[in-house]
Amino acid sequence: METKYISKNGLNEWFSQIVKSGKRVYAPVEERGKVEFKKVQALSEVAEEYIQTTQSIKSAVFPRAEVLFSYEKENGQVKVEDFNPDTVKETVLWKVHPCDAAGFKPLTAIFNWDYTDKLYNAHLEKTTLVTFSCAKADKSCFCTSVNGGPGNTSGSDVLLTMLPDGGAIVEILTPKGEALVQLAASAFEDDKGEDKSKYLADVPLAFDLEEVRARLATAFDSPVWKEQSERCLGCGACAFVCPTCACFDIQEDAHGSKGKRIRCWDSCGFSLFTLHTSGHNPRAVQSQRWRQRILHKFSYMPDRLSVFGCTGCGRCSRACPVDMNILEHITSITKK
Amino acid sequence: MDKLREKAAALLADGTVTMVLGYEEGTNKPRPLFCHTAEQASKLVYSSQCINNLAVYLTKKEIMGAGKVAIIATIPTLRSILQLSVENQLNEDNLVVITVTDKDEVKQFANFAEIEAYIADFQLKLDGKEQEIITKLEGMSREERFKFWMEEMSHCFKCYACRAACPLCYCTKCIVEENRPQWINPWAAPLANMEWQINRAMHMAGRCTGCGACGDACPVGIPIHLLTRKMMEDLAPEFGFTPGQPSKNGNALSTWKADDKENFIR
Amino acid sequence: MNNNNSEFEPKIVAFVCNWCTYAGADLTGTSRLKYATNVKIVRFPCTGRIDFMLLLKAFAQGADGVIVSGCHPNDCHYTSGNFHARRRWITFRGLLDFMGIDVSRIQYSWVSAAEGAKWADIVNTTVANIRELGPYTEYQKVADYLDKEDYNG
Repeated sequence: METKYISKNGLNEWFSQIVKSGKRVYAPVEERGKVEFKKVQALSEVAEEYIQTTQSIKSAVFPRAEVLFSYEKENGQVKVEDFNPDTVKETVLWKVHPCDAAGFKPLTAIFNWDYTDKLYNAHLEKTTLVTFSCAKADKSCFCTSVNGGPGNTSGSDVLLTMLPDGGAIVEILTPKGEALVQLAASAFEDDKGEDKSKYLADVPLAFDLEEVRARLATAFDSPVWKEQSERCLGCGACAFVCPTCACFDIQEDAHGSKGKRIRCWDSCGFSLFTLHTSGHNPRAVQSQRWRQRILHKFSYMPDRLSVFGCTGCGRCSRACPVDMNILEHITSITKK
Repeated sequence: MDKLREKAAALLADGTVTMVLGYEEGTNKPRPLFCHTAEQASKLVYSSQCINNLAVYLTKKEIMGAGKVAIIATIPTLRSILQLSVENQLNEDNLVVITVTDKDEVKQFANFAEIEAYIADFQLKLDGKEQEIITKLEGMSREERFKFWMEEMSHCFKCYACRAACPLCYCTKCIVEENRPQWINPWAAPLANMEWQINRAMHMAGRCTGCGACGDACPVGIPIHLLTRKMMEDLAPEFGFTPGQPSKNGNALSTWKADDKENFIR
Repeated sequence: MNNNNSEFEPKIVAFVCNWCTYAGADLTGTSRLKYATNVKIVRFPCTGRIDFMLLLKAFAQGADGVIVSGCHPNDCHYTSGNFHARRRWITFRGLLDFMGIDVSRIQYSWVSAAEGAKWADIVNTTVANIRELGPYTEYQKVADYLDKEDYNG
């Protein structure tokens, strides 16, 4: 772990070296009135003034749709072509926020829990995260309440905190981060001793996480779930924009004697998510599905995987068509 | 606003209704509110910022319950209520429909016929931003239009917020959930997304009331409400229905006329 | 779409009804009329059964053009199937055109069991038309999305 300084020109130099090295670079780009991660070639394409991207960058390691294997039947023989980890390209995720980087921790826990997911790990291995601290936050952000913070390093390979002179404090956190820095080693200067905390957004503490967890442990039959979920429409927007949600469906794209088996995103908020082939649905009404979402993130995951399933990025609240504000809901649970 | 809150509180207090569906202040704009007690009615608001279409809750039995329910409806919601009624999804006796007029008066409708007369005065039209996109599209060549929509569709990630927000998407098992065969591919890919939107637009043919809830709900900002709107405008003169008015001549795709006109069938 | 490749042979899928157009196509054969061989016929009991998504699926799987054909209005074997189909086609065509899909690649027709010559003509004209338009690579390129490396919009 090393701290350095990089100037504005140094940043430009480093970025162009990264692009020149042939790595794919994904960064927030403003388009169609929204800011989303997109492949970029130049620093000038990267969005400047925004609080948060609409979608997370979990698609870098957990794509919306991914081919697990493809098959072809010919002359009575079946040829199967498995996922090839060598096809995964070196990728740099540029200007993710600390809440996004923190989201990789629960994702890695889920995909390595009872089964080592080959695809997820292959993607993660070739992905380097360059995180930027947050100077601004809005009322949907609550990273500080979930063990996070606007300058937090969890999950990042390099953390930059922008300074008024256009340069940045650079924290090199992992060997991957070091390797990336080496692409333009001369662009980096010695640490100027700046105090990072001066340049971070103010995200007030909204609730006590351990208190939430304690209350949730006995809240299964509480009426609060019905009260909170009445307006929930049961779409998948919250799950899909969330940096830690990892529910998936397995589907086939079959055309006669050849096809592909595909893994694609799914959401526990959908009404048929838990429908059994017998016809029984243990979560038949929305209040049960809302309860599942909260308990999963704030109770079951910490119990089983020792990591919370929420990083306080606030995307779900911003994306929700009916303002199911998770910060508001969790805070109200602690006030009951 | 006070008159609205009083009205709602009164309906709950004297037991006329078991619930009042309305709006309350949300994080960035008003959001749906379900009032079960007269006290909760004090949170009700009503303004041009109320864009959620509350009619979507009227077909959810787990929310509606068994008793009578009141709904504070905006103009788009009123249109949806009428269409739902034409499709036999609502019981007029179990619903109290209230609106707030331009003059801030609270109006309770005696029956659906009165609603129909009321909304006849309100023309269905696109707002400035929507009209801009339509004009832009109309000026494009076919290839440009395809590129535009495929670019939009590449952002869609199949969250189905459009379907969830639409009051007329009330199928308990949607076609995307039918997997024998898997007719609409459930994964997010530009063409699969396009197929889904085309399918939804077709299922909305002649039924869409132009509320725009689908476009508003889309978390990635795709103007999908323009698909059904464009279709609605095109089909209206041909199939004899007026955009924004309930389709009294039966569902556009399950009825036909011997003299339906076309110029492309050899 | 410019097609300079004289080697290009259009792939056409025809969705036809059993009672009229399929029988009509049969008649074309028994009358020994020669016509283009690019068409693969899919037989349905009635045009009313033809789901609009099938046309899109044909394009996605490599068809360059599509023919949809059935009984003349008032002659439907099931009385009103083709009336429903006509409604559907009117609706669908407008929507597809709005989305920029090339509706000139879809030929709709009424071909009765007695119109063997008409069927040959429909096929020949469609094939010539599609040959002129070229392969529908614009659409097929999008259908291959999952083979691409880019996973996000």
